[in-house]
Amino acid sequence: MKIAVCIKQVPTREWQPRLRDDKTWIREQDASFEMNEPDAYALEESLRLREKHGGEVVVCAAGPSRVQQVLREALARGADRALHVEDEALGSADAFVTAAALAAAMADEKFDLVLTGLQSDDQGHGQTGVVLAERLGIPHSTIIMEIQIEGSSLRVKRELEGGWFQWIAMPLPALLTIQSGINQLRYATLKGIMAAKKKEIRKVALPPGLQPSQQIVALALPVRSKQTQMITGSPSEAAKELVRRLREEARAL
Amino acid sequence: MILVIAEQREGKLNRATWEAIVAAQQLAGGDALRIGVLGASAGAATQELAAAGVGEVLDVTDAALEPYTPDGYVLALAQVIGSTKPEVVALAHTYQARDFAPMLAARLNLPLITDVTGISGTGRQATFTRPMFQGKLAAEVKPAGGGPCLVTFQIGAFRADALKKGASPSPVTSTAVTIDRAAIRQTPDAPFQEARQAVDLGQAARIVAVGRGIKSQEHLPVAEKLARAMDAELAASRPICDSGWLPMERQIGSSGQTVAPKLYVALGISGAIQHLVGMKGSRTIVAINKDADAPIFEVADYGIVGDLFEIVPALVAELEK
Repeated sequence: MKIAVCIKQVPTREWQPRLRDDKTWIREQDASFEMNEPDAYALEESLRLREKHGGEVVVCAAGPSRVQQVLREALARGADRALHVEDEALGSADAFVTAAALAAAMADEKFDLVLTGLQSDDQGHGQTGVVLAERLGIPHSTIIMEIQIEGSSLRVKRELEGGWFQWIAMPLPALLTIQSGINQLRYATLKGIMAAKKKEIRKVALPPGLQPSQQIVALALPVRSKQTQMITGSPSEAAKELVRRLREEARAL
Repeated sequence: MILVIAEQREGKLNRATWEAIVAAQQLAGGDALRIGVLGASAGAATQELAAAGVGEVLDVTDAALEPYTPDGYVLALAQVIGSTKPEVVALAHTYQARDFAPMLAARLNLPLITDVTGISGTGRQATFTRPMFQGKLAAEVKPAGGGPCLVTFQIGAFRADALKKGASPSPVTSTAVTIDRAAIRQTPDAPFQEARQAVDLGQAARIVAVGRGIKSQEHLPVAEKLARAMDAELAASRPICDSGWLPMERQIGSSGQTVAPKLYVALGISGAIQHLVGMKGSRTIVAINKDADAPIFEVADYGIVGDLFEIVPALVAELEK
């Protein structure tokens, strides 16, 4: 079983947004980055599938040189090798460009299964995985909570809205986008970190001529839809004031 | 012309479709809409849409469209878009749209703008507002090129009650498509629910919900005490249930329950959109978070910036006075 898992590197949760002067992208030099959380679940799932069915896990990313950090981390957690489509312009690329870049690098590898997170915590298009499946010419299913493989057939549990689920069968090769919470994540061991240093990260050039499908005209802090009343003071003062307002103004208690 | 793709299951229209129609009406700026309904046979959803009189209903029926598969929908919609030539294809940002819309966009090589919360301008000249970076930033986005584009609208961002109904019912036009069943690669089973949900948070008058800010399972009693003091149900954002700290049935958000209680208290919840869609209809929202820029404060009526481990016990003490 040859499994690819696509990961993205995104700003950390604690990152406070600061914009570039032209206000169409963030100031990357102020950000610290980490593995996109949904992709971490996809990685974990690929490692579990390899433990069960044998084979190889190849971690794939399209991004600037900084992306090496999360590729190394994935190798330390247990992936066998990495593919990196490297180009500085990929840091702010849209889903079409990212998927095309990945597809070009992955096509010759003939993976049996490709996993991605369901969306990224940065641009959050929720498109890259599905577009990649279409570019690779393989079937897909999204927001997956369980994977069963028998021979060349695949059965997956897809999450629907409001607590509903559905089992879907499809042939391999296939692409699945993985829902967060499908498994419990493992972290890299010291042994894994040492082993990762010897693992291969193959760099691939970005194919020329990829056109973005959309353009960010401006980024800004979101407009508040409500006038939030901020309550200040010491914890006990704030608590007293909040309870008073919830009783007298909002009549919610 | 704006083409709205409705979503139905067994003749029942997904109510997010009405929100997509409201968004499409704004985008159309008075021009005509068309509404495509896909399924095995014309059903109640087609009639319901036609009765609203908001635009010609295209009844796209084929046995291969039931049950839903992304492959079947893409094959059908590629033909519908090819024959009707819309400027914009509008959909609600449901799990189903997330499953097939990117494939449709990729196959037709058309831009797809997802999770849109606002529109400025009309038709193909419009720019769209959508969240980025987990709602920390709002982006104004324009589809590239001059051809048609696809847009999905965030659930809850447009109000279904703002629908401009027509004076008379709209016509229903049967729209034939040809689908090669052998080209549909997914074989779905019937949808199911896991064990009956023991707690119906939808009925709760008050909810205290915890997020990542609670840090570990051992700290849950902090929130439980507040829930007891407020006579509230305890709930959580997705990461808490993913970690197994609370059962999945207590999850609020797009993948869990949607609630609109009298009082919703968010403890250490940053307010990712997947959570907000499940609770922003609450009458009074309180947010307690250490990060003053957390998106939860955008929907909160009352906010306290600070350490929940100090504020929550103080609240419990105040309520028990």
